[in-house]
Amino acid sequence: MTAPFSMQRSMNPEFSQNYFELFGLPAAYAIDTSRLDVAYRDVQSQVHPDRFANAPEAERRRSMQWATFANEAYQTLKSPLSRARYLVKLNGVDTEEETNTAMPPDFLMRQMEWREAVVGAKQTRDADALENVARELAGERKVLLSELARCLDVAKDYHGAAGAVRKMRFLEKLEEEISGTLELLED
Amino acid sequence: MALLQISEPGESAAPHQHRLAVGIDLGTTNSLVATVRSGVTVVLNDEQGHPLLPSVVRYFPDGRVDVGYPAQRRQSEDPRNTIVSVKRLMGRGLKDLEGTGRLPYRFVDAPGMVQLDTSAGVKSPVEVSADILRTLRMRAEASLGGELVGAVITVPAYFDDAQRQATKDAARLAGLNVLRLLNEPTAAAIAYGLDNGSEGTYAVFDLGGGTFDISILKLSKGVFEVLATNGDSALGGDDFDQRVFCWTLEKAHVAPPNDRDTRLLLTKARDAKEALTTHPDINVNAALSSGESVNLVLDVETFADITRTLVSKTLVPTRKALRDAGLTVADIKGVVMVGGATRMPQIQRAVGEFFKQEPLNNLDPDKVVALGAAMQANVLAGNRAEGDWLLLDVIPLSLGVETMGALVEKIIPRNSTIPVARAQEFTTYKDGQTAMAIHVVQGERELVADCRSLARFELRGIAPMVAGSARIRVTFQVDADGLLSVTAREASQGVEAHVVVKPSYGLADSDITRMLEESFSNASSDMQARALREQQVEGRQILEAVSNALRGDGDLVGEEERAAIEKAMDRLQQLLEGSDHRAIKEAIEALNHATEPLAARRMDRSVTQALRGQKLSEIES
Repeated sequence: MTAPFSMQRSMNPEFSQNYFELFGLPAAYAIDTSRLDVAYRDVQSQVHPDRFANAPEAERRRSMQWATFANEAYQTLKSPLSRARYLVKLNGVDTEEETNTAMPPDFLMRQMEWREAVVGAKQTRDADALENVARELAGERKVLLSELARCLDVAKDYHGAAGAVRKMRFLEKLEEEISGTLELLED
Repeated sequence: MALLQISEPGESAAPHQHRLAVGIDLGTTNSLVATVRSGVTVVLNDEQGHPLLPSVVRYFPDGRVDVGYPAQRRQSEDPRNTIVSVKRLMGRGLKDLEGTGRLPYRFVDAPGMVQLDTSAGVKSPVEVSADILRTLRMRAEASLGGELVGAVITVPAYFDDAQRQATKDAARLAGLNVLRLLNEPTAAAIAYGLDNGSEGTYAVFDLGGGTFDISILKLSKGVFEVLATNGDSALGGDDFDQRVFCWTLEKAHVAPPNDRDTRLLLTKARDAKEALTTHPDINVNAALSSGESVNLVLDVETFADITRTLVSKTLVPTRKALRDAGLTVADIKGVVMVGGATRMPQIQRAVGEFFKQEPLNNLDPDKVVALGAAMQANVLAGNRAEGDWLLLDVIPLSLGVETMGALVEKIIPRNSTIPVARAQEFTTYKDGQTAMAIHVVQGERELVADCRSLARFELRGIAPMVAGSARIRVTFQVDADGLLSVTAREASQGVEAHVVVKPSYGLADSDITRMLEESFSNASSDMQARALREQQVEGRQILEAVSNALRGDGDLVGEEERAAIEKAMDRLQQLLEGSDHRAIKEAIEALNHATEPLAARRMDRSVTQALRGQKLSEIES
């Protein structure tokens, strides 16, 4: 008798650094991704379990925890959505992605249209139609990303950013559904 | 590097001592062992000069075991007791084997993994694989003139947790210290990339005897990063043999063959497949025990025709891997071909057409995996201080738990870089519920029934409360071998229940210990002496490491902690004088346990310092 209760949580509460600090980057939405890549590799070069394959068990375990932490930090900062979500959280605001389903009316309308298009295309196994929706979603995603950049780095409006994150989350779920369906059509 | 200094306790004693380590490609059809000797990576041959060890094991009623060519030569004579392609059985239940074609064994259905009834008793695929690995270990030790520090064992990238665990258990059973389980295409990429100084995004297309992997990797200076992997862990050269076998039966109009003739015709099918790589057609001749005979000609076109669906089965995972990596064919700089089955012309053609470029064949597809594994083993054993590369690999299949309605809630998605951990909170469904069943599964499908069941466990002792108010945190940790451990904890009332689960498909630690001990007692006092020596070496190493740690970072331990550590050290020191290898092992574990917080704090300090140093040098430069 189990039921999913909440979102996935950060794994390593005992690490006191935040992800930006770990990689020596300023805590901002706009980041230099090539600097992130280099910093991530530097950290992994220090902590990866391959560096400790011969070490006593206690060190091997700690190395795994460090490498796990570095992977989680890197994945979080690499994707714009998760980076935005993380910044919102760092600033003490809850994105309420599981609890707050209220959307502005215009977005709600488009949400319904996209959903219907996906359901229809699924029924008729129409890969082209699915890819059309995916393209539309990609366009909307671009708009939301610049909205996030404005809220987080310029206006410091973390509640506004949380709203954009919720919209992005919706897009992402629908995109996952589309690519999952496309995959099934291929098999 | 500061960090390496901590982890190399042997360093002060003999800084330049070469530590013997090997890479082992445990293949469906053939297995190999390789090592780095005087800076050169070489496959180690057997006494007759053969590099390959056929992955064939024959069991005799008197307990004798033949491994390799002797077993392979007589496989048609004694098919039930001669196990070929055991890799396909690793971590698999009887149900999983439906549709793999006819196999001449007496299967025993066992929980988790199928077993084989042989004239030497019931054998699990883990034991059969261990016999192959033991042969390779002995070959390596004879050839290198010493005991191995450890081995890197390769596995198909698409192997799930059960198959990986089974492989690691087999290695331990063979007396090998597993430095790492390494994905076969990644091993190939190391060997290829280092030899050719390659940079850019490459695909590794690895079709072996029984498994297919496709990995997309980014190679840049000193870093091998797997972007995505996909595959089919039940697709390989064997399946092409089966198609030829079926074609033979159909064309020759013979009665359904017995076990002996099945093995004979499968061998003939394999010979025909291999011959068609270089010949336009080939005769398939066989004299069956029924008195019937087979006289057929198979040409390349017919062969391509009867295997067309198998070829296209490789392209579906290839497409998925590219999509998961967020890439298109145009982004792929080269396609590295690995595995004997990629020699087939129809595979070469299909891959070339798909990627719109000639595949790269400038390495031996049979050896490249073992060579890459040997290079990695050399690094992991600590033989290279400078010029190490960094390997970032991924988990091939999503991990999740069963939720309401037999649906899967994914916790770790496929293609996550390892090591990776995720936690998810669950709650109770009914008022007063005090236990919760947790079912761990692996796979991409939505329904539990379509995924592989890895483990089931119950979390008991939850304090009764209103439905939805308990907080059960389930943590998945995947280590650098791609192996999963699961922890569950109920913490809402400060009451903690704690369970650590190993997947049910693997052997329990106690099983491995028992089997190892049985093999010790069967063999001679040699094995006992060896076990003692191993524990003594390890014990001395850890004592020295801990002394160094206490000297160098003594400020990190409190008085009480120091006393506990010193007590554990004294105990180990005493036992090292004796000859009880089990007691020494326990004392080592106790010391490890006592020093765990110190090890963590030392590593944190050293990492923080190293990172600060790097940032400083970046600013300066």
